[in-house]
Amino acid sequence: MISRDKIRNFSIVAHIDHGKSTLSDRLIQFTGGLSAREMTEQVLDSMDIERERGITIKAQTVRLDYRAKDGEDYVLNLMDTPGHVDFAYEVSRSLAACEGALLVVDASQGVEAQTLANVYQALDNNLEIIPVLNKIDLPAAEPERVRAQIEDVIGLDASNAVLTSAKSGLGIEDCLEAIVTRLPPPMTGDANAPLKALLVDAWYDAYMGVVVLFRVIDGVMKKGLRIKLMQADAEYQIDRVGVFRPKAQDVEALGPGEIGFLTASIKEVADARVGDTITEYRRETAQALPGFKPAQPVVFCGLFPTDAADFEDLRAAMGKLRLNDASFTFEMETSAALGFGFRCGFLGLLHLEIIQERLTREFDLDLIATAPSVVYHVHMNDGTMRELHNPADLPDPTYIKEIHEPWIKATILTPDEYLGSILKLCQDRRGVQRELSYVGNRAMLVYELPLNEVVFDFYDRLKSVSRGYASFDYQITDHREGDLVKMSILVNDEPVDALSMLVHRGRAEARGRVMCEKLKELIPQHMFKIPIQAAIGGRIVARETISALRKDVTAKCYGGDASRKRKLLDKQKEGKKRMRQFGKVEIPQEAFIAALKMDGD
Amino acid sequence: MTDDAGFGVYVHWPYCAAICPYCDFNVRRDRGGDHEDLLRAIVADIEEHARRIARRPAQTLFLGGGTPSLLSARGVATLIEAVDAAFGLEAGAEISLEANPEHAAMFAELVSAGVNRLSLGVQALRQKDLQTLGRRHSAIEARAAIEAAAHTGARVAADFIYALDGQTEAEWADALDEILRLPIAHASFYQLTVEAGTPFARAVARGRMHALDVERAARLYELTQAKTIDAGLPAYEISNHARPESERARHNLLYWRGGDWLGVGPGAHGRIAVDGARFATRAHADPKAYVRAVAEEGIGWAEQERLSGPAQGEEWLMMGLRLAEGVDRRRIECARGARFNADVLEALVAQELLYTDEHRLVLTPAGRLLADRIARDLLLG
Repeated sequence: MISRDKIRNFSIVAHIDHGKSTLSDRLIQFTGGLSAREMTEQVLDSMDIERERGITIKAQTVRLDYRAKDGEDYVLNLMDTPGHVDFAYEVSRSLAACEGALLVVDASQGVEAQTLANVYQALDNNLEIIPVLNKIDLPAAEPERVRAQIEDVIGLDASNAVLTSAKSGLGIEDCLEAIVTRLPPPMTGDANAPLKALLVDAWYDAYMGVVVLFRVIDGVMKKGLRIKLMQADAEYQIDRVGVFRPKAQDVEALGPGEIGFLTASIKEVADARVGDTITEYRRETAQALPGFKPAQPVVFCGLFPTDAADFEDLRAAMGKLRLNDASFTFEMETSAALGFGFRCGFLGLLHLEIIQERLTREFDLDLIATAPSVVYHVHMNDGTMRELHNPADLPDPTYIKEIHEPWIKATILTPDEYLGSILKLCQDRRGVQRELSYVGNRAMLVYELPLNEVVFDFYDRLKSVSRGYASFDYQITDHREGDLVKMSILVNDEPVDALSMLVHRGRAEARGRVMCEKLKELIPQHMFKIPIQAAIGGRIVARETISALRKDVTAKCYGGDASRKRKLLDKQKEGKKRMRQFGKVEIPQEAFIAALKMDGD
Repeated sequence: MTDDAGFGVYVHWPYCAAICPYCDFNVRRDRGGDHEDLLRAIVADIEEHARRIARRPAQTLFLGGGTPSLLSARGVATLIEAVDAAFGLEAGAEISLEANPEHAAMFAELVSAGVNRLSLGVQALRQKDLQTLGRRHSAIEARAAIEAAAHTGARVAADFIYALDGQTEAEWADALDEILRLPIAHASFYQLTVEAGTPFARAVARGRMHALDVERAARLYELTQAKTIDAGLPAYEISNHARPESERARHNLLYWRGGDWLGVGPGAHGRIAVDGARFATRAHADPKAYVRAVAEEGIGWAEQERLSGPAQGEEWLMMGLRLAEGVDRRRIECARGARFNADVLEALVAQELLYTDEHRLVLTPAGRLLADRIARDLLLG
């Protein structure tokens, strides 16, 4: 066990691409955790998707042994946290396990909306924050401007910000010294008290089973100990206790202030819930740690296999993913148009995309996703309330008193020149402006927005009207009553249930028009005219028509063309498998996904 | 129609004096030389095939390309004799040769060598259009060539390309009127198709040329049908017109009616029956590779595929629906081992795109514009 005053627990707050992973790697390398050869790849983001997108999905930790300039040996625990709003709760628990944070800001790009949300969370958790200006050696670096921005926007003293270039290794030792000298050690902790530890995260490892990441508050975590997860009300016997350096390494015991992992023959990740309190069985701590929240999906969509024969494979794949991601939920669903599939719940849109991508990539499944939907509260005339995850399940409107929808508080940072378009976008999406301030030539906007206007295509639109410069972050605030109606899409007079959605009455026409226009582009011509309509109840609010195919015949067709035609037919046979039949109309799966994306490109 | 839809031989001569910008056939620029080695290889290929498959008299021989009129009359005679010696050309067999108008001086010689049908690559009668198409003959030469061909006593057919970039309906109507006054009993009218990998495809990609929009293409096709019917030269196939029936290209009918043909020469495709099974064959496309294959293996095949019943049925439908006479429904259903989907048929009939009874499937004039799509729907339905 390490003496508390020699421990520093910190996380890194940064916007995507501002150099968090590279800086982490440098810190690990400097303190001897890995050889240069092992450093060829970024260590912490270990999932393919994490590495490709530069995001962290699972919290990870690494223990650094550092002999400071004062001659003392310190243990530094670096906590790598998810950087995306979808995982805000996970972030809050990771931050709760630390005393300090490095706020890494790209010295040429400045502060972004995501950085803000995370840094405010860190401040809320009373973390000591060290500003780090990274990529300081780039010609475009403007450390003074960014320093001023940090002070203006966040209100942090940035005068003694650490200057680094993680890429070239500049300022790494300064960074480590700052961690030792400027971050506080864990304040309290009694090694003799009953065990009290925060469950920071958990994941499934093929070799170790469920691995639990924790931070000890009081007591000692050691092998063989019988522990209890207080929220889950379940007991286990610890098989292993260890730390990551960054490779897993067993240790005898971990005491107050220390961060490490344990395994205890826990069957499913779902049993080890983030934020739970780990205590000793039969010698329980008096009070569980505050702040526990069960994972609550906020965005839902249906996932269907393109080929109905893949249904069981999809079920199995989802089961496997859920092993490692308890925040993802699914239950069986039947759609008239799409057959058997699953209604799935996600923490947010990124989470949805990640799961979808993993199902496609890791399990080789072709999927159709229906329009993302939020959780509506449907208040019935009889006084009951139902949670609605699927617009198709909306009860008969005559029995409904009112429908409430989730609202968010969105923070947007943008260069001044795009402000007008962004204000219009927020206004169009029923946004209520709460704040508009300037930081240099960048505007910071705070808006309240209905989540259902955001899940659709808000982020894509924002990126497109700001040429990618605006950054965006949000948190769910409350449910409010909304004038919401169910909009159905009819293709050739047949309703396509998978495309129906709840929309605000005032937005229905515009939304319906966009949907119809998009489908017109995406559905190939048939030998007959195809009307595409958006309807509310019996009323058509938008309509487009796909004209009949006029001509499809090869001009020259002789002996050699017979083989060519047969090859084309074989391709068409494959293509047909990716088609869904809606009455007489064939809709390609790609069209489906693209229609629901509504990216407006 | 009996199941024996006939037998013919196709010879591919790949060389051209210049490659036309729209052409995606297996063609090579002729850089001089007599290509004796290729001619000998083709003859050897024909002879070897005759040894391997049951001798079967041929009703047609088609010398295509490329530009087979670049072969000397002696070369053409050599090929005709080789086929006759190997398989036996039936009395009155159709012996066609594709010729360029600029070779009009040779026509009489070619006919003396045995050719009895000249298929002329006229393509257009307007100088501007000929230039667009990269043809080497003038409009005057084109007319003279048709006259010269008619004088030989051989049957004469001419190919035309329309729906060129910028060609208006009125311009094509005028051009077509002129064409229909020519002394020809067979004409092919092809809508310009921009094929991948051709100079035209590159021009479209660079915005120097416009691909044809479907609506205009459809109107031009309908105009062509109306005018040719008025002139008594109706279509018997999507792009082929003849009057009277005896003027139809019997060799090409083999392709559309699902007959057998032996394909020799670089890149030639064939369909032949061997011991009750039917094979799709393709010869090596590169002339050198072809010559080498014939020398080493006796024949020039690069590929042979045994066609399953369903695959044959698919080909028969996709090729046969192009014909005004339609296809033998039962023959295709038997080959595929399945009836056509009744709902799909019913919908096509209701839309007046198709006629059908127990025995035949025939596209209506409106259906012919959609022949590819209809074949797909029938086969995937």
